[in-house]
Amino acid sequence: MEQEKKKTIADKIWDFLASVKLAIVIFALIAITSIIGTILEQRGDPANNLQILTRLFGESLAPTLFSISEKLGFMDMYHSWWFTGFLVLFSVNLIICSIDRLPRIWKLIHEPIGPLPAEKIRKFAVGKEFTIRGKPDSAKDSVVFALRKAGFHAGEVKEEQGYSFFAQQGKYSRLGVFITHFSILFILIGALIGIRFGFKAHLNLPEGAVSAAAFSGNGREIRFGFEIRCDTFHVDFYGNSDMPKEYRSWLTVFKNGREVLRKSITVNDPLTYEGITFYQSSYGIVPGSLNQGIFIFNTVSKDGKSTTINPRLGDSFDIPGTGISAKIIDFSPALRVDEHGHAVTYANQMNNPAVLIEFSESGKNTFSGWLLKRHPETWQLPNGSRVEFLDYWGVEFTGLQVRKDPGVWIVYFGCIAMSIGLFIAFFMSHPRLWVTLVEEKNTTRVMIGATTNKNRSALERRVDKIVSILGKQQEGDK
Amino acid sequence: MAYITAMMTYIAYLAFRKSQIGIMATTITVAGLVSQTFAIILRWKEFADLSGMGFLRSAPMTNLYESLVFFVWCLILGYLIIEFRFKNRSFGAFVTPIAGLVLAFIDLSGVSKDIQPLVPALKSNWLLAHVTMSFIAYAAFSLSFSTGIMYLILRTEKRTEPSYIFWTVTLGLFALLLVSMGLDFLTFHVRVRPEIFIHNYLFRTSFLHPSAAVKIVSYILGAAGLLIVWRYGYLLRTVLTKFNVTPDMLDEVTYKSIAVGFPIFTLGGLIFGAIWADQAWGVYWSWDPKETWSLITWLIYAFYLHARMIRGWRGKKVAIVAVVGFTAVIFTYLGVNLLLSGLHSYGSQ
Repeated sequence: MEQEKKKTIADKIWDFLASVKLAIVIFALIAITSIIGTILEQRGDPANNLQILTRLFGESLAPTLFSISEKLGFMDMYHSWWFTGFLVLFSVNLIICSIDRLPRIWKLIHEPIGPLPAEKIRKFAVGKEFTIRGKPDSAKDSVVFALRKAGFHAGEVKEEQGYSFFAQQGKYSRLGVFITHFSILFILIGALIGIRFGFKAHLNLPEGAVSAAAFSGNGREIRFGFEIRCDTFHVDFYGNSDMPKEYRSWLTVFKNGREVLRKSITVNDPLTYEGITFYQSSYGIVPGSLNQGIFIFNTVSKDGKSTTINPRLGDSFDIPGTGISAKIIDFSPALRVDEHGHAVTYANQMNNPAVLIEFSESGKNTFSGWLLKRHPETWQLPNGSRVEFLDYWGVEFTGLQVRKDPGVWIVYFGCIAMSIGLFIAFFMSHPRLWVTLVEEKNTTRVMIGATTNKNRSALERRVDKIVSILGKQQEGDK
Repeated sequence: MAYITAMMTYIAYLAFRKSQIGIMATTITVAGLVSQTFAIILRWKEFADLSGMGFLRSAPMTNLYESLVFFVWCLILGYLIIEFRFKNRSFGAFVTPIAGLVLAFIDLSGVSKDIQPLVPALKSNWLLAHVTMSFIAYAAFSLSFSTGIMYLILRTEKRTEPSYIFWTVTLGLFALLLVSMGLDFLTFHVRVRPEIFIHNYLFRTSFLHPSAAVKIVSYILGAAGLLIVWRYGYLLRTVLTKFNVTPDMLDEVTYKSIAVGFPIFTLGGLIFGAIWADQAWGVYWSWDPKETWSLITWLIYAFYLHARMIRGWRGKKVAIVAVVGFTAVIFTYLGVNLLLSGLHSYGSQ
């Protein structure tokens, strides 16, 4: 108690920062503010948030609340100074709390286990007391055997009236909590490194285009130190629906003008070069490019001769092996026939690319029709030859999420450590057990006492097992 | 499909709960579980054949319907483990109704049961690990919720006690929500996507009825309902005491469910989720509503564990935290998908 009085202000601050109370308060603060953060749109359109507030609190209160929450940074709260402050306080709390407790736990781990007097053994919550036949000297072996069967490798000491045994297990499991706590710090440090030394940016790269930089959220240009080119981009749909099944970009990386890497990426399969990772995130049509692209056709004549040709909109071409020439009249990225039978474009995405071609033979128009990329049956011409519509290249862009995060490995390390730490903390325990044998008129009094930091029922079962093995051996000895 | 059978099983179990034929109840529950297992495997195989993506990638947990079914499966399995471990069937009377209610919700609401194709972001090996483990954790948390509520029911005596008020209001609100939603379903007879339902129909028969009179009446009725639960809540205690459960046991089951759920949730829900997000979106943590709510849930359960282990809180206080934790789970799982928007909105389709 005397120590209490001597506490200086520094001690008090230390105790405050090490307290679980503080941890609980921080948990609550982070949780409550995060709830607000999920309701208000983060980094979104302020008008939306005003609308949300109006719906929740009514017209009269909304503008006031809006200006308050805007001033406090609730519209971008995860980047606000006070949220960062919570996280810093949380880390400080974790570190100081660990430093505060570690020596005590460390002592508990390294304290060698030794014999205990009978009256102490009796005090343990888990325990048994009974007598077995024979003097301690003869009973000793069966006790050792029973202990070993229950999984305890006990130390042994000879005493005046008998023997004393003591055992412990999993003493290092007490460190699980610390591993978990430190892993959180690792994750936070990794995140910090990622924010400080990494970047997050976006790049819309048209087919055929080369870029050496991407743009971050605030419009800043970030140079890669190499160049990346989108060779081509392709979307696969489910059946006849417009639901994308997979989209894939073929990318090539150039360093100092030389090709160094070529890879196709999809949503769950990014490309990484020199620490910079390119993720497939979106796609679309480059504005104003719809009449600029290059068609990739494969013409197949009746006798099976195939030729690849690359015309543009408005171009004419001959189908080799036939006398047919063709002229490209129109293109639609998403063709649909409406209720009046007119061909209309229904989306500004390449959902159903279609090309209108006029075919003529020896100067006379013979046939014109839409060729659909997703419907090979439209490729067939009346005279038996075929125009395969493979792609309209150069009009789509691939939306790439570009990221460099040197801290991610520290975060992952923290995650692994956290998994291990939690496993140890929740599923491993540190049981300790003492047994004394005391001679009592040619029989032996056995006293078992045990304690554990977790999972008492399992320890109770093990003690019961020791008792039952000893009981069985007694019957066997009869 | 086996769900009808499973539902009948739970109702049958409820009917039997007072009689001595507990073994029969267990058998029926096990039979329900087995048939549901087969149904899930069948759907899995069908999906794998349809998508041609290989077995591991086509786990049937990609939309609200499938995930709810899987949740029920985990819950029943978890309950059976507890029944086996603690040799006590009384929890069944509280756990199986949850399962039954969820199944009834699936059946009544317009949740689409079709096998739907996957959007590209979901095509990953992480799907199986992330979703399975999240739901095992959710099931563990809902067990802790049931035992936590039971604990509160058993341990509160005075009507003016804050914890008594807490559990009656919580339970009352749950019941109120279900009743008013049930009314909506009965009035409108609609089968639409859940988010459309919420925007256009939810509570339109009661709290959001176009006519002001009905609105007021519903609010009064709602308040009256809460008052009734509060007034007669002690009756539940008398019912509960007839079952062979002790508060200590309930406290232990609550703790153990959370002790199992928490690490699984951390690893499967948060860590695997972060790794997957890193691969698919290029950010391991983006503060989208789903992620944030998982973090909130995680914090509440971390709060529970610290309060219990270090501060030595026992009994009513921690039971309340466990109950609050589960409301956060429900919101993480359903509320975020249905009410808030974000990257994670697959489940609502």
